[in-house]
Amino acid sequence: MELLTYLALMGLKSIAVLGFLLFAASYLVLGERKLLARFQVRYGPNRAGPWGLLQPIADMIKLLAKEDIVPQGADRKLFLLAPALVATTALLSFGAVPWGPELVLGGRKIEGAVADVQVGLLYIFAMSSLSVYGIALGGWASNSKYSLLGAVRGAAQMISYEISLGLSLAPIVMLSGSFSLREIVEAQEKVPFGLIQPVSLFLFLTSALAEIKRIPFDLPEAENELVAGYHTEYSGMRFGLFFLGEYVNIIVLGGVVANMFLGGWKGPLLPPLLWFVIKVLAVAFFLIWVRATLPRLRYDQLMHLGWKLLLPLSVLNVILTGAVLAAWPKS
Amino acid sequence: MPESYVPIFVFLVVNVAVAVLIIALSTYLVKRKPTAQKLMPYECGMDPFGTARKRFSVKFFVVAMLFIIFDIEAVFLYPWAVVFKDLKLFGLIEMVVFIAVLLLGLFYAWKKGALEWQ
Repeated sequence: MELLTYLALMGLKSIAVLGFLLFAASYLVLGERKLLARFQVRYGPNRAGPWGLLQPIADMIKLLAKEDIVPQGADRKLFLLAPALVATTALLSFGAVPWGPELVLGGRKIEGAVADVQVGLLYIFAMSSLSVYGIALGGWASNSKYSLLGAVRGAAQMISYEISLGLSLAPIVMLSGSFSLREIVEAQEKVPFGLIQPVSLFLFLTSALAEIKRIPFDLPEAENELVAGYHTEYSGMRFGLFFLGEYVNIIVLGGVVANMFLGGWKGPLLPPLLWFVIKVLAVAFFLIWVRATLPRLRYDQLMHLGWKLLLPLSVLNVILTGAVLAAWPKS
Repeated sequence: MPESYVPIFVFLVVNVAVAVLIIALSTYLVKRKPTAQKLMPYECGMDPFGTARKRFSVKFFVVAMLFIIFDIEAVFLYPWAVVFKDLKLFGLIEMVVFIAVLLLGLFYAWKKGALEWQ
């Protein structure tokens, strides 16, 4: 009985978090379109509802009602599996991101996260690595040249930047001595790690941008050469799932940056959850700003940046942090 | 603590259920009228020629191999990073030696031109 109530509560919480994520992702799309429009001196969506606030709902209805096409010669099973894989891994990686302190409600402890996993950071890395499969499989299964090229590029880019992504966070783990995002937040009681480790923050943000394939690293879907890259052949809700995964990834990235570098849900005056949301939105705003500002890299520049600059720099950062920590163990 | 993964599992089940629901909804809501032109893979308006699963540059394969080497490095680095504050100078020197060997490998691949793209 105890177990059943526990499972039911967990289920409810999961549904609530999932609902919030879907809501946040669809409004992030609207926010991005609005902001990009403002950056380019346009209005952006403003027809559906006041200030275009109903646009995400209109988009959803449209996506659901579109005929979805499996192209001739496609590997049907993989073609259908790939978008679900991308969306699920993105949503799942939010499972280890804490958004607030533990609450005690009616004698039950309620964690401020889906799960307080001891190795939360590793779990998030694992999930983000799995999404490579979604892209590689989707592109290969489509039976289209653009899709295949996009998928190969995407896979190579994601695995290249995954290394510096992982290494850039090693100094944070060394400082806090834990993989649990909750403990890392606790370790930032005095100073957020973003101030102690600005290099690490820069490395992480750059590699994460490449990992979620956003401008200036959006070569896998570069529209003026590859049409839409690995999701060229997708239509309807399957395309919607790719899209959803992309925007959920932005939220997860915002959550990870907030917890690792900006002190998580901690802050003066305002309630913890609000602080967390503000920090996530600040990161999302930064990503949109980058998109409005920077041009796309060339593929050789992309690979050079990843292997010849970010990788050595992140290794150096690990060693320097180690040296400082070994010399002044108390700091 | 394996029981801390139970919520993750529940979350997984809910997520998969929602993904299946969304796909099922779009599958059964939509009227389909497939035609030969509609099902053709997109190729800028031309009829597709040749196979779409062409051979691609061997460079991507090299990247994948390099990735494995350095990802293993990262895997070894993580547990070290967690207990670094206890290992102190000893741990640092050991890791510097380990990383130096790997960086030598990266330097070799670099000089061999494995990182060049034309």
